[in-house]
Amino acid sequence: MARVELKSISKSFGGVPVLSGIELDVADGEFLTLVGASGCGKSTLIRIIAGLEPQSSGSVLINGAPVDHLRPHERQVAMVFQSYALYPHMRVFANIGLPLMMSRLNLFERLPIIRMLSARRRRVMAEIESEVRAVTKQLQIDALLERRPSQLSGGQRQRVALGRAMVRHPAAFLMDEPLSNLDAKLRVHMRTELAELHDRLGTTFIYVTHDQVEAMTMSDRVAMMDNGTILQIGRPGDLYMRPANLKVAQFIGTPAINLLPAKVSSAGSVELFGAELPIRARRPAGSAMTLGIRPEAITLAPLGTSRPGMHLLPGRLRRSENLGPEHMLHIDLTSPASGTIICSVAGDHEPLTSDSRGLALLFMPSACHVFDVEGHRIDDVEAASAAAAPSSDPHARAFGATLCPLPPKAGEPCAPCGGPAARTS
Amino acid sequence: MMASAVAIAAPVPVVRRDRQRLIEKLAGCGFAFPAFLLLLLTNLVPLAVLLYLSFTNYELGALDTRFLGLDNFRKAVTDPVLRRSLANTFVYVAIVLPGAVGLGLLIAVLLHRRKRTRTFYEVVYFLPVTSTLIAMATVWQFILHPNLGPVNGMLRAMGFGEIAFLSEPAYVLPTLAAIGIWQLVGFNMVLFLAGLSAIPRDLYEAAEIDGCRSGIDRFLTITWPLLGPTTMFVIITTSITAFKVFDTVAVMTRGGPMGSSEVLLYAIYLEGYQYFHMGYAAALTLIFLAFVLLFSILQTFVLERRVHY
Repeated sequence: MARVELKSISKSFGGVPVLSGIELDVADGEFLTLVGASGCGKSTLIRIIAGLEPQSSGSVLINGAPVDHLRPHERQVAMVFQSYALYPHMRVFANIGLPLMMSRLNLFERLPIIRMLSARRRRVMAEIESEVRAVTKQLQIDALLERRPSQLSGGQRQRVALGRAMVRHPAAFLMDEPLSNLDAKLRVHMRTELAELHDRLGTTFIYVTHDQVEAMTMSDRVAMMDNGTILQIGRPGDLYMRPANLKVAQFIGTPAINLLPAKVSSAGSVELFGAELPIRARRPAGSAMTLGIRPEAITLAPLGTSRPGMHLLPGRLRRSENLGPEHMLHIDLTSPASGTIICSVAGDHEPLTSDSRGLALLFMPSACHVFDVEGHRIDDVEAASAAAAPSSDPHARAFGATLCPLPPKAGEPCAPCGGPAARTS
Repeated sequence: MMASAVAIAAPVPVVRRDRQRLIEKLAGCGFAFPAFLLLLLTNLVPLAVLLYLSFTNYELGALDTRFLGLDNFRKAVTDPVLRRSLANTFVYVAIVLPGAVGLGLLIAVLLHRRKRTRTFYEVVYFLPVTSTLIAMATVWQFILHPNLGPVNGMLRAMGFGEIAFLSEPAYVLPTLAAIGIWQLVGFNMVLFLAGLSAIPRDLYEAAEIDGCRSGIDRFLTITWPLLGPTTMFVIITTSITAFKVFDTVAVMTRGGPMGSSEVLLYAIYLEGYQYFHMGYAAALTLIFLAFVLLFSILQTFVLERRVHY
């Protein structure tokens, strides 16, 4: 059990900075994920915590005490490597038991042949064996103790690597992309197992991945890294709902967020493809910005539909991907708008998208994420006065077979217009 | 026109299939023939001639030759010269093998993590491998000369007496073995370096986290076991090379003093080209080949299975 703190950690390799001023505070028992594209420095950071790589400046604290001068094994952390790094010449038992043998037996008790002379060794080995067995039982690999790593499947190797980490009862687990060598199905399964393992052990986990799904599904908190800095730390939901940076918004979420170019109009509101949105950004008129809209925040309607408070973009279906429970629609925006939008739709979208004239994409301007030119989130956006709201009743039009974007409840038909409900986010 | 259409539709007739196979076989043999011819002329025919000679009393330049059957081998079993040369050879191998393998490994481990100086040391240690041993043997003869050589000069300067490295029966084999080690270490080092770079760095890092504190721990836990296949290969090649020792003996000692450095290959050379007993020399050569074969079989069957995981 440990709290891990990083104080302004920087690292450069031969003059090239890889990490700069990293501040991180991982609470005791927390599952924190470092996520980012490859080359963002997340693996270097976890290696610095493990002591495998010295930092150029800054300090690592475990339970409040600096560990910068300590060797990796003295830091009481265990690491699971992407390649698992199992010892190919040792059987599963020795692979898992090695950390214990190293700490409890002296050099003579480990030397080949000479070790036979030690009576203490036999006693210690019996202890170690029972501990290894306890761990392997937990991981359900107790039948594999006599196998060599080459005789194991990917998932079994993964468990052996976990066992080797667990057997020491470390203060913290460090995991460097542990699932990326597994096939897709097993990866999903191990995700659950790892999260459950964390719940069971209650130990601090620091987990590195480039897979945002892993980050979102397993962690208590996620730290998104880019270019050697942490862009945002927060609960998975925070990163998704309120991305602090354009890069965070792009990285988190599948399918990726839709980005549209916008600017500040002379009236001070956000202007998208020549139309003013009822939101204001306190930026000088004319400054460029990027508008992010999550695919599920967009609803489809027949061309010509308008809804109070919702903004409309005209478009035409390019292709749709059937994912089973939902469809991923790629829609080309048509004049005056341009670009491509991806939106997800549950249920039948045929009646809408078969219209050769096109369809309407509707979204609430307040659901947009607004970023400035540097990619920082503009938080001080505010809804403009309700003047822009159209006076016509949204449900005045009968939608018939099409989807109503404003159902009172997901899955239920809309009371005012009787149209079937579109998916609500 | 009609006939060919039918032929395509119907299954290929048996006769045609057989012809096809025959052509394929002939073509295959044709491709293998040049290599086989080369093998025949350079290896198999000489081996057959050797085998035949070993059953005769053929002497170089002799006009008539008698077939002796196994007499040559019978003689070899009781021949004190052969026994002595075999014993000398084994002593030589027993010194060279651990020396060249151990030193090669040590140097490789020391050099492996160096960055700038590695190439320099690699070249230095590899130079003896590239040099002609006969020429180097002459140099060694000078270096070890009792009066003129720098080694004895140094011993004198330090207050020790001179050592007659090459003319003292007790010293001559270890001295030759030391030269043999000097010549082999570079080659073994290169093989070990290749083996070392094949060990994933992850393993060392995992070992470091698991508590391998010292270099000895790392060596015993990771390096040595994972170098197993390389070590086996190095041991086999070194023992065969050491078993074939000839150049240094021929140039520096001529088997002396009093046969104390007469090794197997030199004994064969004496029998064949000094005493012209070609038949007997052929029998000894076969015995030599049997030993080399034994080493090779050891590698192929026993060790390959033991070291790989």
